[in-house]
Amino acid sequence: MSDITWGLWQLLFKGVWITVQLTVYSAALAAVVAFGIGIARTHRLWIVRFLSGAYFEIFRGTSALILMFWMFFVLPMGFGWQLVPMWAAVLTLGLTYGAYGSEVVRGAIAAVPAGQREAGVALSFSPAQQLRKIVLPQAWPGMIPPFNNLLIELLKGTALVSILGVGDIAFGASLVRNATAHSAPVYTIILVMYFVLAFLLTRGMRVVERHAKAGVGQAPAARTSLRSRLSTGPAVTGAGAAAEGDAR
Amino acid sequence: MSADRNTPNTPPAENAAGGPDAPRPDEAAAEPTEGTELIRFEAVTKRFGAHTVLDALDMKVYTGKHVTLIGPSGSGKTTILRLMMTLLKPDEGTIKLGDRYLTHEEKGGRLVPASDRYSREVRKNIGMVFQQFNLFPNMKVLRNITEAPVHVLGLDKDAAEERARELLELVGLTAHLDKYPTQLSGGQQQRVAIARALAMRPQVLLLDEVTSALDPELVAGVLDVLRDIAHTTDITMLCVTHEMNFARDISDCVMMFDAGRVIEFGPPEQIFTEPAHERTREFLSAVL
Repeated sequence: MSDITWGLWQLLFKGVWITVQLTVYSAALAAVVAFGIGIARTHRLWIVRFLSGAYFEIFRGTSALILMFWMFFVLPMGFGWQLVPMWAAVLTLGLTYGAYGSEVVRGAIAAVPAGQREAGVALSFSPAQQLRKIVLPQAWPGMIPPFNNLLIELLKGTALVSILGVGDIAFGASLVRNATAHSAPVYTIILVMYFVLAFLLTRGMRVVERHAKAGVGQAPAARTSLRSRLSTGPAVTGAGAAAEGDAR
Repeated sequence: MSADRNTPNTPPAENAAGGPDAPRPDEAAAEPTEGTELIRFEAVTKRFGAHTVLDALDMKVYTGKHVTLIGPSGSGKTTILRLMMTLLKPDEGTIKLGDRYLTHEEKGGRLVPASDRYSREVRKNIGMVFQQFNLFPNMKVLRNITEAPVHVLGLDKDAAEERARELLELVGLTAHLDKYPTQLSGGQQQRVAIARALAMRPQVLLLDEVTSALDPELVAGVLDVLRDIAHTTDITMLCVTHEMNFARDISDCVMMFDAGRVIEFGPPEQIFTEPAHERTREFLSAVL
């Protein structure tokens, strides 16, 4: 490792910063797409469901790498838009991972018990109010673990951009390897770097998850399983049942 | 379709002045006079696939009456409540609430199936309590009750909270207003659900097997609250229940259903003590 000079270390750390930026921008775009498409796929109008379903299938079924080449090389030829490599990458990753995320959103919405919507209808909430006040807040805690998976996938997926010459971790690593002619230390270092980033993301998402669960009345200490919450009705706890006598 | 003896209906009140009046001052002006027809089903048919759940049902309920629907499971009782709540649409026939159609709206002199916006407007007058409570787990008890009055009826937040506190007192849960539903027992949750439905000041309260999901020892608390409401307000109730004693206590009229039709109806004393129909006798001997 002594071959790696300070300048080369700097190259790697600059790469980490680029990777973090790519991840944040792509994740932001992906989140918008995931909620937009995911909610549209539960819409009552078939045309909305059809179009959003088509988007989902197309972006899930195409290779992110090829899509990125397409954004970078075909768009300028076909439409005269030349994207900076960084933005071609953000667009590709955001749209692709947004498609994956839309399935998470759709699934979590579908897992909210039908009785919740019925209660919303009985109280005359509009469809938009039902979604905003009842369905999404309850679906949200269930989305976080799969979102965490996708976020880490996305983080690692950003390595694709090194092919376009964006200076992320992977790109920095190949430069360092060329300079030192040693593969083992460099690639070991960036493995650890990706791992540390992924681990930080996971810890962050845990905090988000705990907050989300507390927001639907699941105390963090209680460690109730998701399955019991998603079953027919709210669970009746033994302690609550015992308190019934006092309340009357 | 006239009010013949084949159309199940609740009798109009004998005298409007009798009985303790409802503590609902701000609605007094809009309150229809006693003895008027509030709910009317005309030739309502509902099918699920090849199975006909309701078969050209005619039915009417007068304002302020408490009607209990009894009958074997699958006989269409719950379907009636769900049609009233517009959770289902009838395949044929019309349902009226007061002088407005619930299932249809009048456009250019013709009846067309109701739009979502229209039915939302009409169903503000109807409240429903569900078998599974269906409280919103993402809101604390107080907000469960105030959310719809504030965001649907446009009530001032303070007024809605004050009203919610009164209702929580009525159902005996004032101490729990700052808890999440998951922290309450089933019986407590159901009483909150009753308060939530009443907070919308509905003309009609639909009760769909409200004690069926409760542990036996919690049933009495919920039924006591409902008895209280039945005897102290003039709210019209449509109630599906397997609690025959409760039905006897609060009902003005009991309707016996079988295979999508009303086979017998009348005051509870008559239905429970001397049912005319063989099917009713069988059913009652099985459940009593």
